[in-house]
Amino acid sequence: MDEIGLWLLLILAIGATYVWRGLGVVVSGRINPEGEAFKVVSCVAYALLAGLISRMIVLPTGALAETPVFDRVLSTIVGVGVFFLFKRNVLLGTFSGVAVFFVLSVVRAGS
Amino acid sequence: MHSKTYRTPGAASAGGVRDAFKVSAWVIFASMMGFGSLAWVSGLTLGVSMVSSGAIWGLPGQIAFAELYATGAPVLAIVLAVSLANVRFLPMIVAMMPLFGEGVKNRAWHYVLAQLASVNTWAAAMRVCPHLPHELRAPYYVGFSIVCLLSGLAGTATGFVLAVELPPVVTLSLVFLNPVYFTIVFADVRHRSGVIALLIGAVGGPLFYQVSTDWGLLATGGIGGALAYLVDRILRRRHG
Repeated sequence: MDEIGLWLLLILAIGATYVWRGLGVVVSGRINPEGEAFKVVSCVAYALLAGLISRMIVLPTGALAETPVFDRVLSTIVGVGVFFLFKRNVLLGTFSGVAVFFVLSVVRAGS
Repeated sequence: MHSKTYRTPGAASAGGVRDAFKVSAWVIFASMMGFGSLAWVSGLTLGVSMVSSGAIWGLPGQIAFAELYATGAPVLAIVLAVSLANVRFLPMIVAMMPLFGEGVKNRAWHYVLAQLASVNTWAAAMRVCPHLPHELRAPYYVGFSIVCLLSGLAGTATGFVLAVELPPVVTLSLVFLNPVYFTIVFADVRHRSGVIALLIGAVGGPLFYQVSTDWGLLATGGIGGALAYLVDRILRRRHG
């Protein structure tokens, strides 16, 4: 895909996101945001995202694919663990997970 | 809670700016930095990655965009996946807009306020705005959102440039920031239907990906999400 194609794709993606925002304005006040239809919508979004994220950890593409799955899973577990240990600090948890991954990668590159 | 009262719209905006810098701006900067690096390894340009942060303004959709673009998925699969990854904006906006209904009479502005919403700005609006007079709610929210948006753009550019300039091991770690960050966000989800959908999706994602790299993600969302909803419904009938 050339650069113009990429920009067109981006415009479609922006529109495909804005559809939900605009529709939200249109129907707000007329529909219950806690209703059944939104439960389905939320389940679909969560399943899709969890699928994408777990795939990025278990079966990544590109250069991440050359790192051991053990490193990726361990780093993620450490990140989540630190998050819960330190008052649900998202920044600290994320940083710790990435730091463990970085150290493991450096150690492996050196050995 | 929020005991502060603002006297003028300007003071409310300034309050929003200050509140954004407490936590949200930093979390957004870090997470968008991960996206900037992912954008680079996925073959996006700096311009495209910045505009996607500023205008899609929903990280899950942006990550789906970069990942599926990198694997060469068809246009329809990419656009649908981005859309579904960001579908949460619909219920979020529906819940948020009544806050601004009386303070912002011109309805055209509601469509602008909707574009500024992200998980962080939405949560701030829902938490703070009910305690503010109607005419100060939008100024507070806009002040908060502008800081978040700028910090997202700065983070994207930083991540992209670092990925270009620094050794591959750093780039790879920054790319890995994306799944770590979202796993942490998911680990904090408490409501039953969400937890079920996350677990089914986490198992289904890699499986469906092996069936089809192009359409596996959409299948995970559609089939996994429907299954999660049904399981939750059955549990609700049994246990309430």
